[in-house]
Amino acid sequence: MSRQRKVALVGNPNAGKSALFNALTGARQKIANYPGVTVERKSGRFVLPTGEPVEMTDLPGAYGLDPTSPDEEVTSKVIRGAFAGEAVPDVLVIVLDASNLEQHLVFAQEVLALGKPSVIALNMVDLAERDGLVLDPAVLAEELGVQVIPTVAVRRRGLAELGEAIASAGERHPGPGLTRIGATERRVAAHAMAAAAVLSESKRHRLHAKLDQVLLNPWLGPLILLGVLFVVFQAVFAWATPFADGLDAAVSALHDGVAAALPESLLRDLLTDGIITSVGSVVVFLPQIVILFAFILALEASGYMARAAFLMDRMMAHVGLSGRSFIPLLSSFACAIPGIMATRSITDPKDRLTTILIAPMMTCSARLPVYAVIIAAFIPNTNVGGGVGLQGLVLFALYVAGVLGAMAVALVLRRSMTRGAASGFIMELPKYQMPRLKDMAIGLWQRAWIFLRRAGTIIFMVTVVLWVMLNFPKAAPGESQVDASIAGKVANGLAYVVKPIGFDRDMALALIPAMAAREVAVSSLAQTYAVDAGDDEEQQALELGDQIKARWTLPMALAFLAWFVFAPQCMSTIAVTRRETNGWKWPAFMLFYLFALAYVAAGATYWIAVAAGL
Amino acid sequence: MTLDLLPIGQGARIVAVDWSALVQEEASRLRSLGLEEGARVAVAHRGILGSRDPIAITVGRMTVAVRRVHAAAMEVEKL
Repeated sequence: MSRQRKVALVGNPNAGKSALFNALTGARQKIANYPGVTVERKSGRFVLPTGEPVEMTDLPGAYGLDPTSPDEEVTSKVIRGAFAGEAVPDVLVIVLDASNLEQHLVFAQEVLALGKPSVIALNMVDLAERDGLVLDPAVLAEELGVQVIPTVAVRRRGLAELGEAIASAGERHPGPGLTRIGATERRVAAHAMAAAAVLSESKRHRLHAKLDQVLLNPWLGPLILLGVLFVVFQAVFAWATPFADGLDAAVSALHDGVAAALPESLLRDLLTDGIITSVGSVVVFLPQIVILFAFILALEASGYMARAAFLMDRMMAHVGLSGRSFIPLLSSFACAIPGIMATRSITDPKDRLTTILIAPMMTCSARLPVYAVIIAAFIPNTNVGGGVGLQGLVLFALYVAGVLGAMAVALVLRRSMTRGAASGFIMELPKYQMPRLKDMAIGLWQRAWIFLRRAGTIIFMVTVVLWVMLNFPKAAPGESQVDASIAGKVANGLAYVVKPIGFDRDMALALIPAMAAREVAVSSLAQTYAVDAGDDEEQQALELGDQIKARWTLPMALAFLAWFVFAPQCMSTIAVTRRETNGWKWPAFMLFYLFALAYVAAGATYWIAVAAGL
Repeated sequence: MTLDLLPIGQGARIVAVDWSALVQEEASRLRSLGLEEGARVAVAHRGILGSRDPIAITVGRMTVAVRRVHAAAMEVEKL
């Protein structure tokens, strides 16, 4: 039995490669990174009509074999068998967008010139026909010397024929026409071939040109974008609430069930108060992340995301970034982790690094529990006019503070640590398409799984470590466990550091477990005050909000809010930054500058509030 | 006349490109998208709120967004 053969899909970005890959391999895909680089490797199983199973990989989209981005470098190396640890594909499926032949044939010729067994999938022929373009695949097959199969991935048209063509693709020699070297010659040839393959072409009344007239209109376009963003935010925060509450209740039930079922012991406490509570506090964000990604995937698949990048480019250029940074930063409002992962689409490495470094300043959903408790306790729910509440206004101000901070930092970074030639913005605006439910479902499942796996590994480990620090060594009789623990000792030391910015020891203590995730600060404060209240029933009965109100001053509360606008208190963000930047240098820098900003912001807030007599 | 000054909808052909005015990666990216000597182009859209940046250019059946500096490096003749 010989080894399993490998088939790779190659093509320009926006050729419909991923949809074809999904149609061929189904939902059972393996997603990993290529070793040493942050480029996604997608593979799956496909059974040829001969019954032979092959491993199919979806190579990153590329415009040429001369790489201009990490994605293109991977594709170029894998095809030529120059990528260490990655077997060279036995058959290449070159995916072309039927309505963009003139462009896509340039890269196709370059790949075919390598002489590897190849098949061409003439994809999205239905969209081309919708635009009035009818093509003859036989003309292309003759010119290029390989089989050309018309496909419509999303309707599963042409998949069986493609399978047969893959099975029969054998060794071949590049035809005489394919040995041309030089991009210009290939382009001239591509133009001629594309023209020769046209059977009929009616007057182009293309739908997307009309849509662009509206969506890219200099005045209407930004308004529509604003409306879209408003709906996305509304959905993330409002629609997710019932699901999040349900998950929260389930976590509580699990906590109580385990607590009741096991005898009282250290292990039980670790399981319930440690692991279930902390992992649960992260898992409750799953509905928000799924809803956000549903929108992002739909906007991306429809082609609108590229228009959003186009509209935002001018503003991003003011701080030295480009429109491409807009999507990752938007994602970061739900959670910086998917946001930082989304920076992979930014081609310029310095742009990408800057975007990663400022992403944690977008107000993520983990900050909301902290903001909610403190705002509810200290900010009166008064109407400041026009139906706008003061509490909502403060929350909005915290969001704005994060965005302004991020813009200021980007501006400084682009002039110092990530200085470089003004980053360009060169981006294809793909055709509009109706997002396909199946592709969306596969994408959503992959994102949700990455998120859950992270909660199950990193957060799990950090929780165990922090739990040990809070519970050991054991307190002597008459001494509080908090004071005796390693974490308590650290907090006592930390209290000196944060005293100048108005924080007391309890606040300092809350900051330590909140390193795992910001929202832990809330449960940690609750826990500390519960321990502190001891047997005093009157004290115990107070809600956390009332406890805070009784113990903190308004300047302290405002300083605490200001701290959380900037403080990088999220292990997962640090971990994902380390992975995406391949080292500890940038996560270390991120920690340093964000803590410095948090310290200055909290201190300034505290002393200004005190001076104002609040 | 350079591409950034072309009126919206006016068809044109790129006759010369000042590649030295562009960063190398940008130059090869523009080339790979088909924006080079001989390409037939038109300006489809310009950036928001009166700014003329970025610019959406149609080349063949594709629309490509570029910055004004890129378009300014391309000399065109009207068709």
